[in-house]
Amino acid sequence: MLKCDIAIIGGGPAGMAAACAAYDAGVKDVIIFDREDEMGGILRQCIHNGFGLHKLGKELTGPEYAAVYADMVKERGIKVYTNTTVLKLSNDKVITATNTEGILKVKAISVILAMGCRERSRGALNICGTRPAGIYSAGTAQKLINCEGYMVGKKVVILGSGDIGLIMARRMSLEGAKVEAVCEIMSYSGGLTRNIVQCLEDYNIPLYLSTTVAEIHGRERLEGVTIAEVDANRQPIESTKRYIPCDTLLLSCGLIPENELTTGAGIEIDHITSGAVVDQNRQTEIEGVFACGNVLQVHDLVDYVSDEAEIAGKGAAEYVMGKSTKGEVIITKSGNGVRYVLPQRIVKNDEGVSLFLRVTKPFGKVKFTVKSGNEVLVTAIRIKAAPGEMEKLTVKADKMAIAKNEITVELEEV
Amino acid sequence: MKRELTCIICPRGCGLTVQINGDNVTVTGNGCPKGVQYGIDECTNPTRTVTSIVRVANRIDTMVSVKTESPIPKGNIFDLMEIIRKKEVNAPIEIGDVICDNVFGTKVIATKQVK
Repeated sequence: MLKCDIAIIGGGPAGMAAACAAYDAGVKDVIIFDREDEMGGILRQCIHNGFGLHKLGKELTGPEYAAVYADMVKERGIKVYTNTTVLKLSNDKVITATNTEGILKVKAISVILAMGCRERSRGALNICGTRPAGIYSAGTAQKLINCEGYMVGKKVVILGSGDIGLIMARRMSLEGAKVEAVCEIMSYSGGLTRNIVQCLEDYNIPLYLSTTVAEIHGRERLEGVTIAEVDANRQPIESTKRYIPCDTLLLSCGLIPENELTTGAGIEIDHITSGAVVDQNRQTEIEGVFACGNVLQVHDLVDYVSDEAEIAGKGAAEYVMGKSTKGEVIITKSGNGVRYVLPQRIVKNDEGVSLFLRVTKPFGKVKFTVKSGNEVLVTAIRIKAAPGEMEKLTVKADKMAIAKNEITVELEEV
Repeated sequence: MKRELTCIICPRGCGLTVQINGDNVTVTGNGCPKGVQYGIDECTNPTRTVTSIVRVANRIDTMVSVKTESPIPKGNIFDLMEIIRKKEVNAPIEIGDVICDNVFGTKVIATKQVK
């Protein structure tokens, strides 16, 4: 059996940044496992620009952002096993993987989970109708077009207005397709406002809110979809049904953290984030197993994935070097208007902690309050808050010192 | 004339109000200086960075991703796409290699390495 200090599962933006951070913190024996033929993860197919403004101070495309981190991994001489799929992680940190050489077993002192997400499929959405060709998840279409040069259709309807759906609306338009509509079941878009402007408005693509695809038509190839407005229970309203002829339907209906390895190791999953329950170092319930990036919580920006991965990488390195992570545990809770708070628990030390959270629905001007019992630890005003935009609130060391048992984050409209 | 815009320079997406009185353009609502320039440009000469792909002729099923080095006028986006679509290149390609020179006041450059 191979041995290493830190094994990282996934060589996307999270895995690469975690590897570099662990190395820089002093642990050199790091291995990255990736199932694709090169590192970069989802960034490889995200050829649009807008990455890196926050983290690298310049605007890059996805492949360029990935190349920056891939070069950092190479410069450090970190080992990378590509074309290698991890099949299993045991609770004693033994990884079983497979590649063309056969089966590989690696015993690691610390493991960093960086497997990312997959897309919600048609099956999970329960859309009525036939099963013709021409229905793709937005990311699959993105990979076919951008990596393989295969155009997927000519007349397109997109269900879901998350960022991938919006980016694909523009991409399909640029390649000569007609995007008839983007339908969003919620009353607001989950995507960034800038993407509504530069991907839909620039190309005169209509966005229909509180609208879904109610039926799929066509036998061999998709011939059209029936769209309908939805009621308060998100059920299609019969009288609003209307038919749109199209040959392609793209689904951009949310991302699901790929946590099969995590649950296989017996690690508890937070049912709201669909990622592991972690402390401020991104350590899961199993000591020495860390998680970061989209497998832990779905991020809006890759820049924040890199930030989070650096926390996990540093945490894993400290664990390998024997730094204790034991102490009084404080649980974080979501109050009014807050959907989740991450990390879910904080092991008290003499440092401050950054809390990451999402709100339940779009708000105007809000005031966030972080408190423990009757003690207010932080307040922060935001001009607007939306579920599509992750918020970060930092509790300073002197305020963390007075926290006891629980910390609650809530908001009020002001 | 008054226009309400969303700044697209960064993910923050500030809501801008642009007031145009002849040659005098004022921008409010911006969170940083870049927003002022964006607001003025968007009302006088809107531009966009275009990203796409170009076929690599000497590699099977391989595309190289490309972008305009600087933004081009919005009205020329589809003209540029016509040029990009007809283009073919040969590997090896490095990030930053010029794919099309002198198009709409800028260059199209590779954003991916192809060995």
